[in-house]
Amino acid sequence: MSEQVREIALESPWAGGRSPFAIGSKKLGMWLFIISDALTFSALLMAYTYARVANPDWPRPFPIYPAVVFSTLMTIVLLFSSFTMVMAVAQAHKGNRRAAARWIGFTMLGGLGFIGLHLYEWMHLIAEGVRPFSNPWGAPLFGATFFGLTGLHMTHVAVGVIYLGIIAFGFGRGKWSAEDVEVSGLYWHFVDLVWMFIFPMVYLMSVQYEPTAGAVGMLLGR
Amino acid sequence: MSGHSSHETQEFAGTTRLFAIVWGWLVALTLVEVYLAYIHLAVITTLLLLIGLSVIKAGLIMAYFMHLKFEKFSLVLALVPALLICIGLLTLIFPDSFRLLELGAR
Repeated sequence: MSEQVREIALESPWAGGRSPFAIGSKKLGMWLFIISDALTFSALLMAYTYARVANPDWPRPFPIYPAVVFSTLMTIVLLFSSFTMVMAVAQAHKGNRRAAARWIGFTMLGGLGFIGLHLYEWMHLIAEGVRPFSNPWGAPLFGATFFGLTGLHMTHVAVGVIYLGIIAFGFGRGKWSAEDVEVSGLYWHFVDLVWMFIFPMVYLMSVQYEPTAGAVGMLLGR
Repeated sequence: MSGHSSHETQEFAGTTRLFAIVWGWLVALTLVEVYLAYIHLAVITTLLLLIGLSVIKAGLIMAYFMHLKFEKFSLVLALVPALLICIGLLTLIFPDSFRLLELGAR
């Protein structure tokens, strides 16, 4: 079997090979989806940066402790779920269906942990008075960009957890191929990759260096 | 090479050790990013350093976790340059965002 695969892989894409990228159509389809979804997130990040540059009173509401430490923990949880996912794919390709399903289970736990931590943070910000079109600190668009960006990402994580659940359930029971696990892994890693841009752009660029700045800003009416 | 894989899948290259090392680098770069935010540099310096490190992290994830390093290079050529060009085109909106600053808003 692998000889055949190697033959296809070595064939030049210009030689009329029937699989120019030497991957299955599902995997290619997922890659194309990922590229388009990456552009969606890029556009949102650009819009956020645009709004930020165009508004001199953009708030910086995240102190190093607890906000940035908390979001760093979220980042590491998500990164760890990427590691368990890559282990799931490796086991799936070895034909260990149960082990693969178990690793996917750990990945889902990581995803759920991320969502839980993130929602806790959202509730905290909402309690502080952040709304999509207003907040106590400055440019009203802060809330719209923050909830829009992180909300779309959290939606991707939630959809990913459901997707992985279906894959783990079916694959563990002997359905589908290792390629299906790998394709779901591509999606999961992509969700992780997007967070690697949202985390620095939204959190690390908005560190509040003087804890009193927010309160003073409020007193001065800014 | 095991004989279990079906004809439509390739062997999945990479060992647990390799993935653990990549994961360690990803966590380390994340902590470097947090440190950069902590030491309070000029905004533009922080931005450029953070974006640079994030691009490296994205590259690591795509190359190893998403397996792109072990695919045919033609797949990389089909996916990555188009994405980079489109992202580059998105930056064309930015000169407009400086307008208010240049008009002297605060």
